[in-house]
Amino acid sequence: MLEIKNLHARIAEDETEILRGIDLTIKAGEVHAIMGPNGSGKSTLSYILAGKDDYEVTEGEILFNGENMLDMEPDERAAAGMFLAFQYPIEIPGVATMEFLKTAMNAQRKARGEDALSIPEFMKRVKEQASYLNVSMDMLKRPLNVGFSGGEKKRAEILQMSLLEPKLCVLDETDSGLDIDALRIVSEGVNKLRSPERAMVVITHYQRLLDHIVPDVVHVLSKGRIVKTGDKDLALELEKNGYADYVNAA
Amino acid sequence: MNVTAPIAHTQGETDLIARFDAVRDTLAGSVSVGGLRSAALEQIKLKGLPHRRVEEYKYSDLRAFLKFAAPLAAAADRSATEAALGAADTFGDLDRYKLVIANGSFVAELSDVAALEAEGVSVSDFAAALGGDMGAALLANPKTAPKDGVLALNTAFVQGGIVLTVKDGAEVSKPVEVIQVAASEGAQVTRCRVLVGEGANLRLLETFVGETGSGEVNAVFDYQIGDKATLAATRLIVGASAAPRLFTTIATLGDEALFKSLGFVAGPEFVRNQQFVSFAGENSDAKIYGVSMARGKGLADQTLIVDHSVPHCNSREYFKTVLDDQARGVYQGRINVALHAQKTDGEMMTQALLLSEEAEMANKPELEIFADDVICAHGATSGQIDEDLLFYLRARGIPEAEARTLLVLAFLSEAIEEYDEEYVTEGLVSRVRDWLAKKS
Repeated sequence: MLEIKNLHARIAEDETEILRGIDLTIKAGEVHAIMGPNGSGKSTLSYILAGKDDYEVTEGEILFNGENMLDMEPDERAAAGMFLAFQYPIEIPGVATMEFLKTAMNAQRKARGEDALSIPEFMKRVKEQASYLNVSMDMLKRPLNVGFSGGEKKRAEILQMSLLEPKLCVLDETDSGLDIDALRIVSEGVNKLRSPERAMVVITHYQRLLDHIVPDVVHVLSKGRIVKTGDKDLALELEKNGYADYVNAA
Repeated sequence: MNVTAPIAHTQGETDLIARFDAVRDTLAGSVSVGGLRSAALEQIKLKGLPHRRVEEYKYSDLRAFLKFAAPLAAAADRSATEAALGAADTFGDLDRYKLVIANGSFVAELSDVAALEAEGVSVSDFAAALGGDMGAALLANPKTAPKDGVLALNTAFVQGGIVLTVKDGAEVSKPVEVIQVAASEGAQVTRCRVLVGEGANLRLLETFVGETGSGEVNAVFDYQIGDKATLAATRLIVGASAAPRLFTTIATLGDEALFKSLGFVAGPEFVRNQQFVSFAGENSDAKIYGVSMARGKGLADQTLIVDHSVPHCNSREYFKTVLDDQARGVYQGRINVALHAQKTDGEMMTQALLLSEEAEMANKPELEIFADDVICAHGATSGQIDEDLLFYLRARGIPEAEARTLLVLAFLSEAIEEYDEEYVTEGLVSRVRDWLAKKS
């Protein structure tokens, strides 16, 4: 589903090199965890996948279901099935959450040549997913993410993910700022979306999240490169010994 | 001898002076009104039209803009008036009363006079009132703007308008639209006097429809809001027009009164919406909103002075401006707090969103405070669309143009929502959408 080949990237503004040759292949149905210390390039990788233009790809390519992802606009990537759950979901005053959800769902449907959802069908889907994720209708009436607690923002991200039904889910430190209960709710929401047709990239600092969302593959990212790949036991080892060995290796 | 050297008149000023000579004997009003008209014209003759060296017009140079002045619109033809009204789409199918002013004169036959009478609202012709004993008093300037140039132009040329009196305690069940119609081209100069009686409640809609050619529109609304009374006035200044659109509000509030207004500007090339609000009674509130959009070389100027001369009153001002191309926006807001106006609570905010590199916003919030126990605050921002917000929306599949529209709409909607007159919310929001959709 996703093939990243020799990806080099830098910050557009000051040309600081962040990614220095990433190779990563993710098949449908797989869940890959990417771990690594601060500043290793985890969030940069997620932003590049989503198409943020603060970064410049200097070498390499990204194929998403065989298509050159770097040629696609952020909204085209989303319509093609890419979803980034933001580490810091953005507050958008004046945009009602429901209106936003409807606009996003229908924009993607339109891009794929599908009919817009009817209002009752849209409401039904939102209510169903919102109740799984413990998102209140009151929250949905407010402007997008405005006045949401940290946990509410993360639940709202997973709600969006559930409604948009992406093929590739990239979760950028979705566990940050969550208490134990919120972590459980969010993880259950994510696990419900696991399917043979869907791939996931879970970016995290801590092994804790991976107790809930069990990965098939774990990668360690350090200084812009993947320095170690293993199974879920690698996460446990990192939790015990820290990143020091790999940071030095890179 | 006191001789002031006359200024060199622009073509616009020369036209106005000739216009006055041509119509002075036909304009409505008593002898003393005639005197006020002549004095006002004399002010224009001596000082010229307001220009950039006049502090209040620094960013809105009417003298430079008004290259020439068209004659006043002739008396309106009935069928042309009805045709223009029929084509008008101001507030859609909102259930409301209508009062019609065509080519500057009140048209009772096309207005819901009897229905309003039954609700405790009496309506009469401003031009007729100018001929009465109180005629001259109807043209009084606010004390915060005794020599305003736009008001002088209005006094000199005012053709007519409406005197609307709401009986004490009357709760008018539907909004009242004062719709001004251009049945033919030419300048239209009007004034409306609105008296809201004690404990009464009125919702006004102020609109203008039709083409005036190169004729300016100069409309004054003078509100006297009685004790415990409420007035909400929504003003639409929309539609493409190359001639100036000059609107003035004068509002005086009694005790425990509430005045709310929203000036919605989108389309004309030169708009000045100025408001002079003063508190005559204590424990009153003024909530003043502005929503402006301009593109091309358009100018949208929202200017106001809120005068706190008595204690215990609150004022809120919240203005939003969106500018594209080489458009210019102006916000000049002043809150005066007199020495005795203790416990005043005044707060103003003006925010502008610039959609192009060449758009320009002049934000000038001012506080002039002489009392020592007050809460006053002001804020001003100008910026571009936040790229992070835009990226978030695009990352969810919303194409760039649609995402930008959504963000601009959200920005302006905040003021419309806070104005909180729900019968106009949808209509105003859809006007913002239309304006955004016109960008090609």
